[in-house]
Amino acid sequence: MRVSILGAGPAGLYLAILLKRADPSHEVVVVERNPPGATFGFGVVFSEETLGRLRDADEPTHEAITGAFATWTTIDVHFRGEVIRSRGHGFSAIRRTVLLDILQRRARELGAELRFGQEIAAVGDLPDADLVVGADGSSSLVRRSHEAAFKPSLAAYPTRFAWFGTERALDAFTFAFKETEHGVFQAHAYPFDAGASTFIVETREDTWRRAGLEALDEAASLAFCQELFADVLGGPLQSNRSVWLAFQEVRCGDWSTGRTVLLGDAAHTAHFSIGSGTKLALEDAIELAGALGRHDAVAPALVEFELERRPVVERFQEAARQSAEYFEEVPRHWDLEPLQFAFNLLTRSGRIGHANLTLRDPSLVRRVDAFVAGGRAALAAPPLFAPLRLGSVELRNRGVVEGLDAGAGSGAGLVLAPALAVTPDGRITPECPRDPCEWREAVERLHAAGAKAMLALSHAGRRGACRPRAEGVDLPLREGGWPLVSASPIPYTRRSDVPQQLDAAGMERIRDAFSAAAARGAEAGFDVAELNLAQGYLLGSFLSPRSNRRDDDYGTDRLRFPLSVVEAVRGVWAGPLAVRLSVAADAVATAVALREAGVDLVHVATAQTTAGSAPEYRRGHLTAFSDRIRSEAHVRTLVGGYLDTLDAVNTIVGAGRADLCLLEPAALT
Amino acid sequence: MRVGVGLPTTTPGAGGALLVEWARRAETGPFSCLGVLDRLLYDSFDPFAALAAAAAVTERIRLATMIVIGPLRSTAMLVKDAGSVQALSGGRLTLGLAVGGRHDDYEAAGVPHEGRGTRLSDQLAELRDWADAPTIPGAAREQPPELLVGGASAAAFARMARYGDGYAHGGGPPRAFAGAATKARAAWSDLGRPGAPKLWGQAYFALGEEAAGEAYLLDYYAFTGPFAAKIAAGNLTSPRAIRDFVRAYEEAGCDELVLLPTIADPGQLDRLAEVL
Repeated sequence: MRVSILGAGPAGLYLAILLKRADPSHEVVVVERNPPGATFGFGVVFSEETLGRLRDADEPTHEAITGAFATWTTIDVHFRGEVIRSRGHGFSAIRRTVLLDILQRRARELGAELRFGQEIAAVGDLPDADLVVGADGSSSLVRRSHEAAFKPSLAAYPTRFAWFGTERALDAFTFAFKETEHGVFQAHAYPFDAGASTFIVETREDTWRRAGLEALDEAASLAFCQELFADVLGGPLQSNRSVWLAFQEVRCGDWSTGRTVLLGDAAHTAHFSIGSGTKLALEDAIELAGALGRHDAVAPALVEFELERRPVVERFQEAARQSAEYFEEVPRHWDLEPLQFAFNLLTRSGRIGHANLTLRDPSLVRRVDAFVAGGRAALAAPPLFAPLRLGSVELRNRGVVEGLDAGAGSGAGLVLAPALAVTPDGRITPECPRDPCEWREAVERLHAAGAKAMLALSHAGRRGACRPRAEGVDLPLREGGWPLVSASPIPYTRRSDVPQQLDAAGMERIRDAFSAAAARGAEAGFDVAELNLAQGYLLGSFLSPRSNRRDDDYGTDRLRFPLSVVEAVRGVWAGPLAVRLSVAADAVATAVALREAGVDLVHVATAQTTAGSAPEYRRGHLTAFSDRIRSEAHVRTLVGGYLDTLDAVNTIVGAGRADLCLLEPAALT
Repeated sequence: MRVGVGLPTTTPGAGGALLVEWARRAETGPFSCLGVLDRLLYDSFDPFAALAAAAAVTERIRLATMIVIGPLRSTAMLVKDAGSVQALSGGRLTLGLAVGGRHDDYEAAGVPHEGRGTRLSDQLAELRDWADAPTIPGAAREQPPELLVGGASAAAFARMARYGDGYAHGGGPPRAFAGAATKARAAWSDLGRPGAPKLWGQAYFALGEEAAGEAYLLDYYAFTGPFAAKIAAGNLTSPRAIRDFVRAYEEAGCDELVLLPTIADPGQLDRLAEVL
């Protein structure tokens, strides 16, 4: 087989090695526009898992690479004058020129032809071959030449970064954060041999502009970063085409077309903050060489290659995207204590949670557990079991379950009652409960079991008069319905009745009803009261411009009516007060106003503003929103979003992304 | 987990007599249901007509559409078709609906491709008013079919949780099914539906004559371009592959898995029964 590979980076060279090793009769040509010694960036990093695969694929390369490795097991987080050290992680790194030199030698030794310094204007200029491989990086010429087939989507991330080096070997993978008058800068740094480290500096685009870095040349940028991170660096920074870049995320609809295939960064990139670009490139080469060995023809091998690799790569891309978003929003977490900040950082991509980190670094996790528990003792139960004081109420743990009967035996600290309609026309279904005092005995049982009870007050608004949810959602009653009210006369679904616009008398009636229901809730023994300002129900319909088209004061100030209800209830309810609030562009400002009105807890929820709302459902789909509300509005949060494991709760509470977690029934069975 | 088998309505060489024979033999086998696909512009049978034929020669086995492309039909015609099969079968229909993957089926049906998701939602809401539908046979009025909704988009999962009784997965490795199952359960929980959604999966198989099975899949999915080869590569072609797949789907929480034949030979049913 004749193979033409464009690009002599790790992916292209390693594929050449593996193909020649499998069958010396293959004619493999690698074409590279740069000379053999040229490279950009300094060191590349690997996880343990990759190393095993390299040994199995080609022992001599593995030996040469591991012989040149720097290895370490610690991560240091420099934050607000403290250094938090986490152990047990396992990294290796190598100077990029050394890695390429090893790969070039081995490829030549096995008989691959390497053509350096050869610029290719078009893919057609490559040597004629049975297989053409685009291993030519994130701005791949091969990919650009077949856009219709590869269907690439490119997204530039909204941060800027520059890739520097140092002449000193750091003794840990280092994340360092520095606050300046322009905003926060962070460094991602790691050693790659006995006397050098990679040092990447990153910041938000707005900070980068304010700091004037746009106008600075390479030397002046270097001087800026060197001064900023002087204490972490302990020496000078080095430059090597260290210009400011926006990270380009590359995804492709297909990785192959005909006899042409993309490999490594040409097919997919993953943000550098999870350090997996080279790992993915080498694993791609192993998989492609393996598939070509198992099939007589090229086409089925390319299909198998993509089938095997795509799910793995997409998992890394998803983790990398979450990691990148974390670094975009670092200023959000600036108020966290350094220990919790470090735990939040380590669990940012969803790949490591509380349980996994306990295996790697039990000491750090013990300190996080103790911190969340109040910090008075060295030993503490995991974050789920840390008590929480909400106003006058002490919750024994962070678990919340729905259903008064199910709640008593669950062990959860807080039990959420079913939605209670404050007026007859505010019922979602005819069966909707109306009087909190009917739950007096259930609440007593909860108290006897050590749990607290949360009353959920709601007015269905234009989502009222529906059939039970066992049949479906927002299906209007066939008969026995009632007139609906909402912020504006817009029906919730095409089949829903048109609601009446709520007038001043209606507002007063409903505000009084919320207060009266809260007072009855206190009589019934409830500990916490929650008002539903979310999901397109009556108060939520005022908050969203999609359902509130009023031209009166309640339209220009959409928070006005819901806030007046909160204030009225606050006047009669002495205990902790919660509100349920939906994902929305202005949710942080709303949460701030609610906190100022005396709200103690925000229960975050999906939009459901209209019947067409369709969030990206997955495990923990509301966690990022909770984190944002909690850190930017400085209010405690309760989050659900399909949390079906206790590890999710420990991770979320430990990292300060929420204070309370609503558990799925599946987490308790 | 229950395991059903497909009726070969889209496989080459399947005639009316074969489909009827297939249904008879499936009835006596270890299969929970007979499943059908829906393609307009292809050498294939109408899914409701095929299930009606199957209903006539069976009494036990359930009948399932995996899936029918709802928006290709007017809602009234869709309800009429489903109601007829429901009445003919004595209430054995599970109706899986989705928007499908082909533009040209929409062109051939004279229906706009745009807005298909909204139209499907409307159809599902209408199907929830089953007992009020003026078009269905009286014999089916008291027995609304179980409704499954398919699709992989965020809108599809929300639509499923709003109107469906469960989710019809489009096929793929067990890990893909498990991921979709989590999304389905998360949507179900978020929209306040009681209990859990029914989760249905599907996969292709060929026991012997695998080359013919592959050729059929490459042809059937030719419109997807290179993706056709991926689907063909997923064809389960050995007893061990089928057993592993069934076990992995069960572990992922699948309630009912429909194994779709890629070869229209009733001998496939006996071979599959042996494996199960």
